[in-house]
Amino acid sequence: MSARRPTTPVFAAFGLLLALAGGAAVHAAARAPAEAARIAASAALVRDLGLTDLALFTEARFTRHPALADLATAFMDAPAALDHFPSGSLMPPPEPGQIGQYGQSALGVSAQEIAR
Amino acid sequence: MKHWLRRQRALADYTLAAAARRKGKNIALVAVFSVVVFAVASAMFFAAALRTEARAVLAAAPEMIVQKLTLGRQEMIEAEAIEALRAIRGVAGAEGRLWGYFYDRINGANYTIMVAPAGEAAPAPGHVRIGEAIPKARGFTYATAPLFLSRHPGDLQKFVVDQTFGSESALVSADLVVMNEADFRAFFALPAGKFTDIAVRVRNEREIGTIVEKAARVLPEARFVTRAEIGRTYEKLFSWREGILTALAGAAMLAFAIFAAEKASGLSAEEAREIGILKAIGWDTRDVIAMKLWEGALISGGAFLIGTLAAYGHVFLAGGTLFAPVLKGWAVLYPDFPLTPAIDALQLTTLGLLTVVPYTAAVLVPIWRVASADPDRAMR
Repeated sequence: MSARRPTTPVFAAFGLLLALAGGAAVHAAARAPAEAARIAASAALVRDLGLTDLALFTEARFTRHPALADLATAFMDAPAALDHFPSGSLMPPPEPGQIGQYGQSALGVSAQEIAR
Repeated sequence: MKHWLRRQRALADYTLAAAARRKGKNIALVAVFSVVVFAVASAMFFAAALRTEARAVLAAAPEMIVQKLTLGRQEMIEAEAIEALRAIRGVAGAEGRLWGYFYDRINGANYTIMVAPAGEAAPAPGHVRIGEAIPKARGFTYATAPLFLSRHPGDLQKFVVDQTFGSESALVSADLVVMNEADFRAFFALPAGKFTDIAVRVRNEREIGTIVEKAARVLPEARFVTRAEIGRTYEKLFSWREGILTALAGAAMLAFAIFAAEKASGLSAEEAREIGILKAIGWDTRDVIAMKLWEGALISGGAFLIGTLAAYGHVFLAGGTLFAPVLKGWAVLYPDFPLTPAIDALQLTTLGLLTVVPYTAAVLVPIWRVASADPDRAMR
């Protein structure tokens, strides 16, 4: 048998990778309390100020507050004017059915009534 | 058991010795595979972390926001609507919210200016509380630097900064400027009795559907956004983002699967001869397949581990540097916050299924075809 079998270094490398994965798990667990405190601080501010959205995309009204954006955000600056911000292409347009009761309450009648 | 282990080890030894003969090619394979796993895993971890964060943070948002819509756009809502909403049974309270956007001509950033709600200590006249991204964007050189806001050429409003929100809440406060109501109305030349929208607190969240229904009768032209809908918007937003990134990585994945299948099915004449010789000296089809499975497992397992670990480091240690340009978009202000690792077994399994399984499947069938062929034909 040769001095070193080819599996020895490879299995050792796998062992090292698994150890690193364990290290990542430990890292995540060690950070958890601090992260929980950070999220709690954000949640407290949300509660105190009554915030509704994340400050992730600040470039435009409808990306700053996607949850409260107009339903016609993509065309808000001019008719048929598509959104010109990159994050707009990464954010889904709001769906009338999904956000708010706008469609129905604006008409004041249900879909069945219209059909009738 | 010991015998079986020894046998597997010997097979792995053989596989690695054979792979070492085509070292460059196999290292390249593992490297490319790792990059593909890295891309998919980064997108997954990033989106999952943001989704968890948004869910936890926005759970404290107002139960319902009432907006007035005119000509398809949001308009200022009158104070009478607040009374109308308060009169609805099940409504614990309704407050007019005052907030708006301010485009800072000095640095091209957008701020969200809002009034501290009633019950919160409002800043004194001429004083503000600001998010941590604003001093950075404006290049404040000292801690007590005042904030100057210019609405039009020749105009300059000075505000004393009482407090800068810490980076621990940057995700929700990075671009905020909180002032008191009088300052806000003066700054935006807003008449009294008008509000941006109304935040409604509800006694029992299960009643919210009924309350929306009743409110819609009182305020027919209003739009109601419930907390559940806010949550759904973000859920969808990050899923969409993850989908786009995964779709991009999916193209790479597909190219890689084709490459792997190509490599396996177009087994080089040398490899086919090798398998032929193995069969001629007494290996049976099972042994050959076991040997090739080892090869596949070592390559895909190694790439999976390397890619996943690199993605973890990228997203949670390096702050997702490669995604930052995509996330930042054109915004001048961007919250600077670490992401909380939110990885579960389901995610890792999905990742494994998306990456390791296609590779193994792409490799196995051609191997089986060669392995079950007649050694005489394979060696010829």
